[in-house]
Amino acid sequence: MKILIPVDNPVFEGNVSVSFARAPYFLVYNTDSKDKLFITNTAADSQGGAGIKAGQLVIDAGVNILLTPRIGENAAQVINAAGIKIYKTLNESIEKSLNAYLKNELSELNDVHPGFHGHH
Amino acid sequence: MKIAVLSGKGGTGKTLVAVNLAAVSLSSVYVDCDVEEPNGHLFFKPQNVIEETVTVKIPYVLPNLCDGSRKCVEFCRFHALAYVNNKLIVFEDICHSCGGCALVCPHHAIKERDKAIGVISKGQSRNVEVLSGFLNPGEVSGMPIIKGLLENTKQINKTIIVDCPPGSACAVMESIKDADYCLLVAEPTIFGTHNLAMVHELVNVFQKPFAVILNKCGTGENPAKTYCLEHNILIISEIPYDNGIADISSNGRILVRENSKYQKLFETLLANMLERSKT
Repeated sequence: MKILIPVDNPVFEGNVSVSFARAPYFLVYNTDSKDKLFITNTAADSQGGAGIKAGQLVIDAGVNILLTPRIGENAAQVINAAGIKIYKTLNESIEKSLNAYLKNELSELNDVHPGFHGHH
Repeated sequence: MKIAVLSGKGGTGKTLVAVNLAAVSLSSVYVDCDVEEPNGHLFFKPQNVIEETVTVKIPYVLPNLCDGSRKCVEFCRFHALAYVNNKLIVFEDICHSCGGCALVCPHHAIKERDKAIGVISKGQSRNVEVLSGFLNPGEVSGMPIIKGLLENTKQINKTIIVDCPPGSACAVMESIKDADYCLLVAEPTIFGTHNLAMVHELVNVFQKPFAVILNKCGTGENPAKTYCLEHNILIISEIPYDNGIADISSNGRILVRENSKYQKLFETLLANMLERSKT
C-alpha cells in the first residue's frame, strides 16, 4: 500500500506541510517495501487550478491513501473520484503522522475548504 | 468620446458620478460594467428593455472517442481538466473557455457547449441609452459580459459613460481599455486614498488622460486631496458631503434631473472633460 503526505522538505525527519496542493514536495511511503520516495509537487507554483493538478499527481503516483491536515474542494473532488481515501493529520511530524495512521488513530478528512484560488 | 469612471474602493461614488454625467449629456450611453453588482439601472429605470444572454464555451467529452491520451489535461494551463479512472473531469469554474483542449485532442473527443453566465440589458431613459451587465450569482468571472457590453458601444457616436467595477484588477482594465478619458472618484478617507493611488498607477500604465473628482468633501482633512496635490493630479471637480444628495440617491432618483445646482456642476464637469480630451 502507498501513502502520500504533503511535506515541506524532501526529508523524512521534516514536517507535514500545512497545505496539500501548494506543498513543495510529496512523500510517497510504501508500507510493504518501506520505501520512501519524495516527488516534487509541480502543481505548487500554478497560478490557478493547483488543487486539480496536485490531485492528478497523487492519482498518477498510484497511491491508496492521502494524509494531510487540510485540502481544497477541487483537489478533494479529483482524489475522491479516484477512490483514494483522505485522512486528517494531527501532528507536524511526518513519522508520527504515518504511525498514527497505521495504528488507526486518524479519522477521514471531511472539512474540505473552498480553496485559496490565488488569494492565500 | 468614451469616459470611464473608476475608483479603487467601492462606495466612493462611481455610480453617482457616472449616472449624473450621462444624464446631463444631450444624448449619451450609460454602460454599467460593474456586472457583479450593477445598480445604475435602479436610477435610470430604463424603458423598452431588450435582454440578451451572455454565454461562454465549456468543454465536454465524447467518452467513446477519448483514448486517454491526456493531451488536453497537459495543455490546460488553468488545470481545469483531470483524468481519473479512465474518465475526464471538467472543472467549469476553472475553465477560461479558450477552446485549446478541443484543438489539441488527437481524436476530436472534446466538444464545446454554451453555458449562460449572465445577461446584457439595453433600454432607454429619456436622453440616455442604458446598457447594463448582470453576472449570474455564483459565476466566477464577469469578463465576457464586460467585453460584450463594450462591444455594443463600438458603433455608437455619442458620449459614452462607463461605470467601472471597483478595484484595479482585470475587470477594471477591460472597462478602461478603450476609454478616451478616465475620471477617478475619490473620497476623503485614508483607505480611499490608498485605493486612489492604485487606480492612479493603473491609468498611468494605460497612459490614459485622467483627472480626479473629490466626492463627500467636508470640513477637515482630505487625504485624497493631499495625495492629488502631492502628485500634481488635476482635481477637476469637488462634490460636497451633502445630505440632500444622499436623500435623492437613496430614493433611486437622479440628482441632476431635480437639482439645478448639481445639474450645473455636472454640466461643467462634462464640458471640461470633453475639452480636455481633445488636446
